[in-house]
Amino acid sequence: MMYKIIEKYSLAPQIEYARIKAPMISKNAEPGQFLIVVACEKSERIPLTIADFDREEESVSIVFQKMGKGTHKIADFKAGDSFHAVLGPQGNPTEIEGEKHIVMIGGGIGVAPVYPIARKFHENGVHVTSIIGYRGKDFLFWDDKLKAVSDEMIITTNDGSVGHKGFVTDVLKQMIEDKKPIDRVIAIGPPIMMKAVADVTRPHGIATTVSLNSLMVCGMGMCGACRVTVGGETKFTCMDGPEFDAHKVDFEELMQRLGMYKSEEKDMLDEYQGEDNE
Amino acid sequence: MSDRFKAIHMKEQPAEERKKNFLEVPCGYTEEEAVLEANRCLQCKNAPCIEGCPVSIDIRSFIGHIQKREFDKAVNKIYEADILPCVTGRVCPQESQCQAKCVLNNKGDAVSIGSLERYVADRDLERRREALKGEPVKISGKTKVAVIGSGPAGIACAADLGKYGYDVTIFEAFHKAGGVLVYGIPEFRLPKDIVDVEIRSLVQTGVKLVTNVLTGRSFTIDELMAEGYKAVFVGSGAGLPQFMKLPGENLNNVYSANEFLTRVNLMKAHRYPEYDTPVKYGKNCAVIGGGNVALDVARTALRLGSENVYLIYRRTQEEMPARLEEVRHALEEGIQLLALTNPVAYHGDEAGFLQKIECVKMELGEPDESGRRRPVLVEGSNFFIEADVCVVSIGSTPNPLIAMTSPLIETTKWGTIKVDEKGMTTMPGVFAGGDIVTGAATVITAMGAGRTAAASMHEYLQNKKD
Repeated sequence: MMYKIIEKYSLAPQIEYARIKAPMISKNAEPGQFLIVVACEKSERIPLTIADFDREEESVSIVFQKMGKGTHKIADFKAGDSFHAVLGPQGNPTEIEGEKHIVMIGGGIGVAPVYPIARKFHENGVHVTSIIGYRGKDFLFWDDKLKAVSDEMIITTNDGSVGHKGFVTDVLKQMIEDKKPIDRVIAIGPPIMMKAVADVTRPHGIATTVSLNSLMVCGMGMCGACRVTVGGETKFTCMDGPEFDAHKVDFEELMQRLGMYKSEEKDMLDEYQGEDNE
Repeated sequence: MSDRFKAIHMKEQPAEERKKNFLEVPCGYTEEEAVLEANRCLQCKNAPCIEGCPVSIDIRSFIGHIQKREFDKAVNKIYEADILPCVTGRVCPQESQCQAKCVLNNKGDAVSIGSLERYVADRDLERRREALKGEPVKISGKTKVAVIGSGPAGIACAADLGKYGYDVTIFEAFHKAGGVLVYGIPEFRLPKDIVDVEIRSLVQTGVKLVTNVLTGRSFTIDELMAEGYKAVFVGSGAGLPQFMKLPGENLNNVYSANEFLTRVNLMKAHRYPEYDTPVKYGKNCAVIGGGNVALDVARTALRLGSENVYLIYRRTQEEMPARLEEVRHALEEGIQLLALTNPVAYHGDEAGFLQKIECVKMELGEPDESGRRRPVLVEGSNFFIEADVCVVSIGSTPNPLIAMTSPLIETTKWGTIKVDEKGMTTMPGVFAGGDIVTGAATVITAMGAGRTAAASMHEYLQNKKD
C-alpha cells in the first residue's frame, strides 16, 4: 500500500501541511480522529490529528509542527513522496451532543484539528464561536478557513500584531462575563493552554472537551504509552480518547509524560540537522 | 557412546557473551546431534507425546524419520499439523506439553522434541528461502474471506483457507505483519528473519496482506461483509496491557511489557539512533511478573545495557509460569529474582521520573483456584528498590474494539469473544480464535485455533452454497 503525498507546503514558520492519498482512511474518517504516520522504515510512529479529509478525492490532510526528527523528516517530504505507513482513522470522533452554542478554541497548531470539528457543528446548525490564538501575525494559518465555518471568530496574538493582544482565555473569560450562551467549549492546543481553558470554565460548570496529544506508539490500545489520568482513572488516549472531559484531566501528568524523551528528541534532531548540513 | 536417558542439549552462546547481544541463545543441533537425540526415542506404539501436543503433531513419525535421516519426510510430517515449526520449535513450552508425556521421564530426560522440531524446520529454511524467489501463486478462488490479525492464529487460518482455495486477505493493524512474533517475542528467542520467511511464504501462496488497518476503526466487520467477504476470522490477539492501579504507575519510565517490547522488537529501539524510536532501560531496571513476557523484558533490558535487572515476582521461582529454559537462561545471565515480593507504589523525582519502587514481602498461603499457593502480604514488610525504569508484565486483557463495533459479536465477562465448538462467534459467518478467545495463551494454541476455525469456515461456506 502506498501513502503518497499529493500536496505539500508550509503554512507558517515551522508549520507544515500535507495531503495524503489514502482511500481506506478517508472513507471512514471523522472530525476529531487521528492518524499514526511512519515517515520511513526506520522512523517513529507519530500520532497526528486529522486536519481535513476529502472522501471524493480519497485524501486525508495533516498539519504538523516541526518539532523532532520525525516531523522534520516529514517536512522535508515533497509532493510525490510516500509515507512508509499511515494508520487510521483512529480514536473516537467528536460527537454533537445537542449543543446550540459551541465555542471552539484553537491554539497554534491546534487550529488545524479544530477546523473540521467546527465545520461539523456548523453544518449541523450549531452556533459556532471560534477563538484562535497565535504567537504573532506571521504564524497565522487557516483563520480564513475557520472563519467560513464560524458564526463569530476572534483572533488573539501574544504580541498583538493581529486581533486581540493576549490569550484565548482572555476572550473566553470575557464571553463568560458577558453571559454569552455557551453549551460546550472544545479546546485543542498546547497542554498548558488546554489546562488554562479548563481552569476558566470549571468554576462556571461549562462543559469543556480537550483533545490530548499524548506520546503514543501503537495507537491501537495494546501498548499503553499514551496513558493519561482522567477523573482519577488511567485511560488510553488512543482508545478512550483523544477527547476527554477537560475538568477531569490530570494535565500535570500529561505534561510530565510529554517530557519523557526530551533529551533523546534533542539528540536525534541535532543529528538529523547535522546530516542536512553536510 | 550416548546414554539413552541423558538428553543431548543444543550448544548455547555463553551467558557472559550473549547478555551483550541480541543473537539467539541456543545454536541448534548438528545433524549428528539430531540423529543421536532422535535415536533416544523409543517409538512407543501409543506415542503419549502426541497427546501432549495442542495440535497433535505426529511426533513419533517425525522423529522416526530423523532416525533414518529422512529429514524432508520429517519436516513434512510436522507441516501436516503445524505450519510454523521454526517458531514452535523455539517458543513452545515443551516441558509442560509433549515432552512432559515422554516415557523416558521415568528414567531420565525426555526426548528433546522441541530441539528436533527446530532442527528439521531450520534445515528446510534454505529450500523455503529459495522458493521465495519464484513468482507468487495467483489464487483462482472467487469466494473472498478475511482474516483479522497476522499473528499465529491468523497465519495458520489464512494458510489453510488458501489451501481450501479461497481468496484470502489478512488485515494487520501494525505496519509489519507477524503479530506477537514480531512485536512481542525478542530476537534472541525468535530471529525476525524467520518470521519474515513465514510471512513471505504465506504471501507467496497467494494470500493477500494489507497492513495499517485497524478493524473497528478503518472499517467494521459489517462493512467487510457488505464488501463481499463471505466469512471473517478474528485473531486480533490479547490487546490491552494490564496495570495494577498503584500510586505513581504513570510516572515517566514506567512501561507496560507490550510497550517496552514493541519499542525494541518492532521499532528496533535497540538499534537507536540508527532507528528513531528510543527506549529507556535505566541503570536499574525492575520487571514485575513471572511469565515468559516478563523474562523477555528482563533479558531485553540486560542486553540493552541495564546494570541491574530485577524480576519482582509475588510467588517463588517454582510457581513461575515461564518456560523452564527461559528461567534458566535468565538466571544464568544474571537476572536478579526477587521472589515473594510485590510492588505497592512507585516514587519519582520532581520531574516525574521513576526513582524507586515501594515493595512488600509476601508469603505463600493456602492454594487458590489455580492450585498454586496464594501469595499473602506480610504486614509491615515495606521496603524500597532503587529503579529508574520499571516494566509491568502482568498480562493483558482483550482489546474491546472489534466487539464494541460489531454489535452481534458477544463477549464473555472477561471481555474475550464467545465462540462455539467450531470457533464461530455469535455473528453468523464470523469466527474467532487465539488470545482474543482464550485470553493470553501460547503460540501453538493460537495456531491450533486458527486451523480449527479455517476448517469450520470451509464447512460453513460449503453448507451455505448448497
